[in-house]
Amino acid sequence: MSLVEFLQQLINGLSLGSVYALIALGYTMVYGIIGLINFAHCDVYMVGAYIGYFVATDLHLPFVPTLLVAMLGTAIAGVLIERIAYKPLRRSTNISLLITAIGVSLLLENGFNWLFGGNPRTYPHDILQQSNVELGPVHSDTLHLIILGTSLLLMILLQVVIYRTKIGKAMRATSTDKDAAELMGINVDTTISATFAIGSALAGAAGVLVAILYSSIDPYMGIQPGIKAFTAAVFGGIGLIPGAFVGGIILGVIETFVTAWYSQLSGAIGFIVLIIILIIKPSGLLGKKVSEKV
Amino acid sequence: MSVSLTASLKKLGIFLAASVAVFVVFTLLISTGVINAYYKRILMTICINIILALSTNLIINFTGQLTLGHSAFMAIGAYAAAAISLKTGLPFVLSLIFGGLVAGLFGFLIGLPTLRLKGDYLAITTMGFCQIIVVAIQNIPQLGGAQGLPGIPGKTTFAWVFFCMILTILVLHNVVSSKQGRAMISVREDEIAAEAMGVNTTRYKVMAFTLGAFFAGLAGGLYAFLMMFIEPTTFNYFKSIDLVIYVVLGGAGNFAGCIASTSILTFLPEALRAFGDLRLVIYPLLLIIIMILRVKNIRVMRLVKMIGRHKGGKEGDSHAAA
Repeated sequence: MSLVEFLQQLINGLSLGSVYALIALGYTMVYGIIGLINFAHCDVYMVGAYIGYFVATDLHLPFVPTLLVAMLGTAIAGVLIERIAYKPLRRSTNISLLITAIGVSLLLENGFNWLFGGNPRTYPHDILQQSNVELGPVHSDTLHLIILGTSLLLMILLQVVIYRTKIGKAMRATSTDKDAAELMGINVDTTISATFAIGSALAGAAGVLVAILYSSIDPYMGIQPGIKAFTAAVFGGIGLIPGAFVGGIILGVIETFVTAWYSQLSGAIGFIVLIIILIIKPSGLLGKKVSEKV
Repeated sequence: MSVSLTASLKKLGIFLAASVAVFVVFTLLISTGVINAYYKRILMTICINIILALSTNLIINFTGQLTLGHSAFMAIGAYAAAAISLKTGLPFVLSLIFGGLVAGLFGFLIGLPTLRLKGDYLAITTMGFCQIIVVAIQNIPQLGGAQGLPGIPGKTTFAWVFFCMILTILVLHNVVSSKQGRAMISVREDEIAAEAMGVNTTRYKVMAFTLGAFFAGLAGGLYAFLMMFIEPTTFNYFKSIDLVIYVVLGGAGNFAGCIASTSILTFLPEALRAFGDLRLVIYPLLLIIIMILRVKNIRVMRLVKMIGRHKGGKEGDSHAAA
C-alpha cells in the first residue's frame, strides 16, 4: 500500500469513525447516566435518516436545515422513548430495562417497515454537491470531508455543553451519583431526558450524514452501525465521553483498513477488536479499573 | 434424608407420568389429524425453543451471567450435527450428541476467557462471539457458506424433540438442585461472598456455560434435522435475544415459568399471523407493555405460580430450588 493510498484510506476511515463516534456518544451518555445499553439508539439513528429524507424530498430544504430538523426530530423521539418506555422501569433490574430497550428497537424497526415499506429509498442527490478535492497527491471528495467536519463540530459542541453549561454540570453530577445529585436539588428526570435528547440528536445527525454518503435508507439500516458504535463505546470505556470519541475513530480506521485488505471480515472485525481489548483491558481503552468493594 | 429421597423420587415419578400423559395426548392429536402438519411444526419448534430457553436459564437466571450469544452454540451444534451426518453418515442420535459435545467444547473454550468479564461487558462480548461465529460459518465453503447447508435428512420427529426436552428438564433440574447448582446460585447472589466461602466461582461459571452450550447444541442439531436446511443468519444475535426474552419473562430461575413463556412467545407470532406485517409491530409492543406491567407488579406468571402452589406440583418445587 503506497503512502497516498494509505492517506486516502485514512480519510475514509476517519470519516467513518467520526460517524461511529457520533452514535457511540449517545450510547455512552445513556449508559453513563442510567446504566442501560440503549438498544433502541441505533434505530433513533435510522429515524434521523428518515426525517432527513422526508424533509429533503418533500420540503426541498438544503443540507444544514435538513440536518437541524432531523436532529430536532430525533431529540424529541429520544425523549419520548425515555419517558414512555424506560422511565417506569428505572428502579427495576438492568435486564428488564435491557429487554424493554430491545422491544423499543424492534418496534421502531418493524413499525417503520410497516409504515414506509421495506424497500430501500434513494436519498436525494442534490442535497450536497459531490466534488473531488485534491490535497496534494491525495484525492478525496467533499462528502467525506463534510461528514468528518460536521461530526467534529458536533463533538466540540457536545464538549462545550457538557463542561460549560448548567445542564452539562447536572448531567455529570447525575451520572456520578444519582441520589446525591437529587439531594443537591438537581432535577434528575429533566437531566436524564436532556441526556436522551442530546444523544439522540447526535445519532439523528449521524443518520442523515450516512444516508447522504450511501444515498440509500431502509428501516433496518441502524443495526450494523449500531453494533459497531456500541463496540466503539465499550472499546473506549463505556460511560466516558472522550472514550466514545477515541473508540469510534479507532474502530472506523481499523475497519476501513481491514475491509480494504479482506472484505469478508467487515462484519466481524469490530467484535474481534472488542474481544481482544476486553480480554486485555476489560474497562476499555480510557477506563479506569474499578476495584470491587464488599 | 430418606424422607426427602422418597419425596424427590415421588416427584420424579409424578413428573415422568405427567410427561408420558402429555406425550400420549399430543401423539394422539397428531395422528388423528387434530393437530395438522403446520401446528405440529410449531409444536416441535416450541419444544426446541424450550430446550434452548432452559439452557439459557441455567446461565442467566441461576448463575447470573447475562449472555447475549447463546444462539452461537445452537449454530455450532446444528452445523456440527448436520455436517457429520452428511459427511460420514453417522446415525441421527450420535450426530445429535456429537453436535452437543462440539457446542459444549466451544462453550468451555469461549467461557474460560470471557467469564472473567462482568455484567454488560460479558453481554456484549458474548454477543460479539455470536456474530463472529456467524461470520466464520459464512466464510467456510465446506459448510455451505452464506448460502446455507441444504440436504440434511429430516429425521427429527415429535417423539425425539419431546424426549430431548424432557431429558433437558430432568438434567437441568437435577443440576440446579445439586451441590453444583447451589454453587452456581451463590455466584449469582454474591460473587465475592461465594468466593470467600470457598466456592471456585470461575469453575462454576464455566461449568454452567459449558452445560448450557451442550444443550443449546443439542437443540441446534434437532433444529437442523427438523428444518433440513440451515443458514448462518438464523443463528445471529437476534435469536439469542429471543432466548433472553423467554427466560426473563419466565421469571427468575423458574422452570415452569420459563416453559410457559417460551411456549406462549413462540406461538404468539404465529397466532398474530392474521395481522400480516402488523404482527411484527404488535409483538414488540406487547413486550414493552409486559415489561412495564411486570414492574407495576401485575404478573402473569404470578397467577400461574399461585395455581401451581395450590396443586403443590412442579411449580413450587422449582421455585424452592431457586
